[in-house]
Amino acid sequence: MDAFLGYYNYWIVIALMMTGLYTVAASGNLVKKIIGLNIFQTSVFLFFISVGKVSGGTAPILAEGWTRYSNPLPHVLILTAIVVGVATTAVGLALIVRVNRAYATIEDDEIRRSDLPDSS
Amino acid sequence: MIASHLPALQVVVPLVAAPVCVLLRWSRVAWMVAMAASLFAVGGAWCLLAGVLSAGPTSYFLGSWAAPWGIEYRVDETNAWVMLVVSVISAVSLLFARRSVEREVETDRIHLFYTAWLLCLAGLLGMAVTADAFNVFVFLEISSLSTYVLVSLGTRREALVAALRYLVLGTVGATFFLIGVGLLYQVTGTLNMGDLATRIAQLGPHRTVTAAFGFLAVGIAVKSAVYPLHTWLPNAYAFAPSAVSAFLAGTATKVSLYLLLRFLFTVFGHEFVAGGPVPVLLALTGVAAVVAASVAAVRQDDAKRLLGFSSVAQIGYLVLGVSLLTTEGVAASLIHLFGHALMKTALFVCLGAIVYRIGSARIDDMAGIAKRMPWTCAALVVGGLSLIGVPLTAGFVGKWYLVAAALEAGWWPVAAAMLLASLIAVAYVWKLVESAYFRAPSARVAAARGAPFSMVAAAWGLSGANIWFGIDTSLPIGVANRAAAALLGG
Amino acid sequence: METPALFLCLALPLAGAALVLLLGRWPNLREAASLATGGWLFLEVLALLPAVEAGDRPRAVLVSVIPEIPLAFEVEPLGMLFALVASSLWIVTTIYSIGYMRGHGETNQTRFYACFAIAIASAIGVAFASNLLTLFVFYEVLTLSTYPLVTHSGTDEARRAGRVYLGVLLGTSIAFQLFAILWVWVLAGETGFRSGGILAGRADPLATTILLALFVFGIGKAAVMPFHRWLPAAMVAPTPVSALLHAVAVVKAGVFAVLKVVVYVFGPGHLAAIGGTSGWLIAVAAVTILAGSLVAMRRDNLKARLAYSTVSQLSYIVMGALVASVWGIVGAGLHIVMHAFAKITLFFCAGAVLVAHHRTEVSELDGIGRAMPITMAAFLVASLSIVGLPLLGGMWSKWYLALGTIESGRYELLAVLMLSSLLSVAYLLPIPVRAFARPSPGGGSGEGIREAPWPCVLAIVLTATGCLVLFWFAERWLRLLSQLTG
Repeated sequence: MDAFLGYYNYWIVIALMMTGLYTVAASGNLVKKIIGLNIFQTSVFLFFISVGKVSGGTAPILAEGWTRYSNPLPHVLILTAIVVGVATTAVGLALIVRVNRAYATIEDDEIRRSDLPDSS
Repeated sequence: MIASHLPALQVVVPLVAAPVCVLLRWSRVAWMVAMAASLFAVGGAWCLLAGVLSAGPTSYFLGSWAAPWGIEYRVDETNAWVMLVVSVISAVSLLFARRSVEREVETDRIHLFYTAWLLCLAGLLGMAVTADAFNVFVFLEISSLSTYVLVSLGTRREALVAALRYLVLGTVGATFFLIGVGLLYQVTGTLNMGDLATRIAQLGPHRTVTAAFGFLAVGIAVKSAVYPLHTWLPNAYAFAPSAVSAFLAGTATKVSLYLLLRFLFTVFGHEFVAGGPVPVLLALTGVAAVVAASVAAVRQDDAKRLLGFSSVAQIGYLVLGVSLLTTEGVAASLIHLFGHALMKTALFVCLGAIVYRIGSARIDDMAGIAKRMPWTCAALVVGGLSLIGVPLTAGFVGKWYLVAAALEAGWWPVAAAMLLASLIAVAYVWKLVESAYFRAPSARVAAARGAPFSMVAAAWGLSGANIWFGIDTSLPIGVANRAAAALLGG
Repeated sequence: METPALFLCLALPLAGAALVLLLGRWPNLREAASLATGGWLFLEVLALLPAVEAGDRPRAVLVSVIPEIPLAFEVEPLGMLFALVASSLWIVTTIYSIGYMRGHGETNQTRFYACFAIAIASAIGVAFASNLLTLFVFYEVLTLSTYPLVTHSGTDEARRAGRVYLGVLLGTSIAFQLFAILWVWVLAGETGFRSGGILAGRADPLATTILLALFVFGIGKAAVMPFHRWLPAAMVAPTPVSALLHAVAVVKAGVFAVLKVVVYVFGPGHLAAIGGTSGWLIAVAAVTILAGSLVAMRRDNLKARLAYSTVSQLSYIVMGALVASVWGIVGAGLHIVMHAFAKITLFFCAGAVLVAHHRTEVSELDGIGRAMPITMAAFLVASLSIVGLPLLGGMWSKWYLALGTIESGRYELLAVLMLSSLLSVAYLLPIPVRAFARPSPGGGSGEGIREAPWPCVLAIVLTATGCLVLFWFAERWLRLLSQLTG
């Protein structure tokens, strides 16, 4: 039981990660792929942040009566990673807009079909 | 004063130059800014390499924060060499890019094109120079994001799809890398590579470290297009603007392979790697790459796609050299890394020049082009010969050492696979040469003229370097041997 | 002995090529430049002979490509011999080409002469190479520089032939030869040619046999079956190319390389010591000798017949080398010279018939001897030399090859040699017999004498005389070659 509950943050991360990856792989809709990618990345963010938690610790701001603080470094790292994630999503969505303009669809298989004569 | 900040300036200069391009909005000036930044990087990398060769590795602490806490930039033989290759390729591709981009990218976007180029360059140089695992991720994403943009600027609509597919795969790869970094941090509490190495060695066998290794390896493998995670590469190279194909072919996968070396040997260490199934796995993917991708290359009708598959095969060679885990093997990979950057960029530049004149990269459309563009096609032949590994070209030296290293390690099948793939390379290179030289020109070709001087100069600069470094091999061999010794010894 | 003059031997034909390109617009000057460089080159090569005969080894280092393995040259008896043959016959072939190319109205003559000169430079490089890497480098340059000559006519057929040519030669050299060179490097730690070989005591019998096979098949220019297809394919080239390159420079570079590898890398002693394990390779060579002859008999196209005859004759040399006995090696070395003079004459004649009468098939040659008496007489002389009759140079090489087989006690190989001689009688002699004895198809012999242009005839006479003269002056070459075996 402890093996399950004691590591609950990991289980959540894994569940999210698999959901995200599955969406990326299985969805034919490009926007959904990007959403899947987002979920996948978010799971990793959660993983970093939960790793930085020190049990009994508080937010890493000097305060009266606290001697234990959570590790701030993962939070900082993840701030950067979130920015990267947002940028990726932005580029991805921008590309999808242009794909939609060029192909009039955002379904992967339809795009593939309309490009078949050129690239296989 | 400036010299001591060179490691940081390698990244900072292109990073600052990028927004400058956005602000100036003038395509010609943007090109000049990009060129200046690239040339600065060439000079900087050269100084760094010279410094390392004479005085040993140097460390630079960003903001003067000491190592395990602050971000360290560490320059040794390996990454100084990689930075030199990257910046030289960037400068030469820019020389080619000016005319090519004017044709292939809309005028009001050209300055943005060079912005993305500079960001990509900054990312690649950053990946090479930094000694901080998380910092690697940041630069990896900077270079990747700008690469997606560069690829999507290709003239055909397929470029958009290729860029998007690359984005999805690339992001998954980069996120895998991030997971690996997270796991490592969880176990060791540090992100500095030198620090990581000591602590991993102290830990001994550890399941989390192994898991971290797996994630990092897969992440890097995606970015460096190690077979079978290469699927993004052929289309990305085929549909990107010609100049981008040339630039990426010589740099992006090379830096990722450098990362592989860095993590294998500096962070995890020879003992950790040699104990596991890594060498065999690497060798298997390498053999699969050199054979399968070469065969796929023969079957292409589009010359740029053909070269893309050939790149996957050549990456297989580099992986094979690394998989031996010997000094000879790693040195051979570093030599071939340099040679392949030269030859593949040369080929893409030549093809780009042909595309500039006839507007197509289909092999059938290039029939008889040699009569119209003799200089470009001669450079193409030299690059092709180097790709095959004909003596007196840079490609031969790399292959010689790779096969010799495999034989020395007793890996006969690997050596045989490498030579077999060279044979297949004869077939696909010949496809190009035969079409260019020995077929009747089409109407489109008959109207073509010789390529602009800047393109021919870039092509011959690279092809000439292929011949030069096929004859005077002291520089690449000397550096590669020292770098490999340092990687495996320290 | 450091001899920078060796570079001159390489540089001269290259300079010749450059000169030819520069003078392309003035055909007379261009051919004069070709001839002049040819003559000068021959004198330079000849000047090296006394030193080599005295047991000296002129050497020179060009550049170090791979540390420890420089591109370096060293003249030893075999290389001396090959270089002399290649450079002397280049002059004759240039004379012949002038008549042929103009008489036949070929296009792209400048490219033709330039590639020709580069091919000669690489042949000299092969001849003087002092290690396996240098040999390999010039071997590949030779392949690449002769490719445009093979596809000279630019027709579909020529392009197909070019693909076979390049595919077989590049393919075998990369897959087998390069592999073998690297293996030798790993085993022996060096790739230099040394008398007595460098593999003795470093390679076990199995490795030696595999290596030997890799070299024999990897040196595709030696045209050992099943890697002989490129040679008949290359016959689409203009006749001077077939004559000098595909009877002398290219193919002899192949068998020369085999011989050199046997003598200086494996060492005859080492090969003899491992004994029968290389027997199957000798059998392959023997099969090539017989099969080549049999195919030659069935070819009606004159050049194709000569090509298969070359395939067969080349394996004489390979066999002589593989037998690795004293006389076998000497015979193989001599055969490089003797066969070169005879076969180039035969090709010259074939080309002359083509230029003067536009005939390519053996069955069209009835009575042509009356129109071209000099050409067909030369053809007869050269045929007899190939067969190996006395008073002609070809006798000596067969003699020593036969001695070699007897010396090593392999009488079955002696039988192969004899049988093949009979076969060569059967495929070569009917041609001059037809030409002289049968009436021409038109009935009357009214056309009178119509020979090819005079430069062609001059070249034919020179090489045919060579076949005769070599019979009397074989001793000097014999003495030179016996340095190899001590």
